[in-house]
This record gives sequence, C-alpha cells and structure tokens, in this order.
Amino acid sequence: MTLRTALFIAIIVVAGQLGDLALSRAMKTIGEVKRFTPANLLRVLGRAFRIKWMWIGIALMTVAFFSLLALLSWANVSLVVPATAASYLAGALGAQFLLGEQVNRERWIGVIIVCIGVALVCV
Amino acid sequence: MAESKSRRGKTFILLALMVTFGSTGDVLLSQGMKQLGELRSWAPEKAIAFFTRAFESGTIWLAVALLMLFLVSYMLVLSWADFSFVSPASAIGYVLVALMGYFFLGEHVPATRWIGVSLICVGVIVVGGTHPSTTQNQ
Repeated sequence: MTLRTALFIAIIVVAGQLGDLALSRAMKTIGEVKRFTPANLLRVLGRAFRIKWMWIGIALMTVAFFSLLALLSWANVSLVVPATAASYLAGALGAQFLLGEQVNRERWIGVIIVCIGVALVCV
Repeated sequence: MAESKSRRGKTFILLALMVTFGSTGDVLLSQGMKQLGELRSWAPEKAIAFFTRAFESGTIWLAVALLMLFLVSYMLVLSWADFSFVSPASAIGYVLVALMGYFFLGEHVPATRWIGVSLICVGVIVVGGTHPSTTQNQ
C-alpha cells in the first residue's frame, strides 16, 4: 500500500465518520421526535436543514465521497475494505469523545465484533 | 421505564426501515448503473450524456427515492438514539444483502462471507443489548 493510498483511506474514514457525527449532533439538537405525522416530519426536516452542523456534516460526507471516487480511480476495490471496517471503530470513538455518548464495555465488544464481521463480508 | 421501553421499540422499527430502504436502494442503484454500462470517458459532453441517461432510468429514480427515505429514517432515529448504537446496529444491512443475494438471486455466497454475516449478527445482538440512548436530549 502506497503512502497516497493510506492517506486517502484515512481521509475517507475520518471525513466520513466526522460527517455522520455532525449529522448526529444536529439531530440531537432537535431532540427526540415523538409525533410521526407527515406535517411534523416535514417540520423536523425543515429545522434540521437550518442547523449549522447539518451542513458541516453534508460537506464532510461530500469530501469522503469524492476521496473514495479518487481512491477507486487508481486502487482496487478490495482496498476499501479496511476503510469500511475501521469506520465502525472510528465512529464509536468519535461518539464517545465528541458527542459525549457513554460507550460501555458491552457496546465496545459489539462494535469490534461487527468490524471483524464487516471485514470478512467485504473480502 | 415505560418511556424507555417505547423508545427501544421505536428505535428498532426505525432501524428496520433504515436497513430495508438503504439495502434495497443500494442494490437497485447498482443494478441501474450496471444497465447503463461503464462510464469510459470524463470528457464533459460524454459525462453529461451519461448522467442524463442515468436520470432517464426508472430503476435509478426508485433507488434515489429509497435512499432519500433511508436518510429521513436515519435522521429521525438519531434525534434520540446514540450514533454509537445506530451505526453498528445498521451493519445488519450486510446480512440482509447476503441473504437476498442467496435466496432471490441464487448467488453463491463463499464461506468467509457466511462467517462474516454470523459475526455481524452476534455483534448487533451485543450492541442491541445496550441502552439506545445515553445522552440527555433537551
């Protein structure tokens, strides 16, 4: 694996997960959705797209998406596997340290098993 | 307690919707793009013609609609559930795709993939045993 490939895998994992974490932060600001009527859902979505974190999330996911396209232009699809599997670990770390979620030991064990499983499915 | 029980219930319903919309959307998108054939040149007029054809395909429109429903369910569940709960739990989508491929498309699923699928199931059950929401929503 070249340095450039490693760098792009890191960008895909970090930007992709930070994007999802930003989206999660935006939705936490809105708070628990309790009524699932079409009118209320539209109102919730309208509010979400007026939150700064939503757009930060979209921007980061766009960076991750185009980095993936770039990576695939010179690397084999199989190189995406470490990125996909590592994303689950990076996402849980980010949720704990950036969003203040309590990731207990049980959840960590589950996340690690999922990572290994995803890596095996994708090889 | 009743509150936390009903929250767990709606978390699993929303996760099921997310995974169904997401996996079906992905499969249809991949099918639709394969029908278009390979994009051979990034010359502007070739690329524009390619994407115009993409948007004339009913399969691709259906896929886009499903992926939008996926995004809405994802956003809704994150309004109360932890990201560190939703993200690993949604890996069950890989299991769904493998099963759909095996039963409906008659695809050959290699042994390593079945082992991976089983591990994902175990991991999701372990994560599913934790509390979906550990941060205080206002």
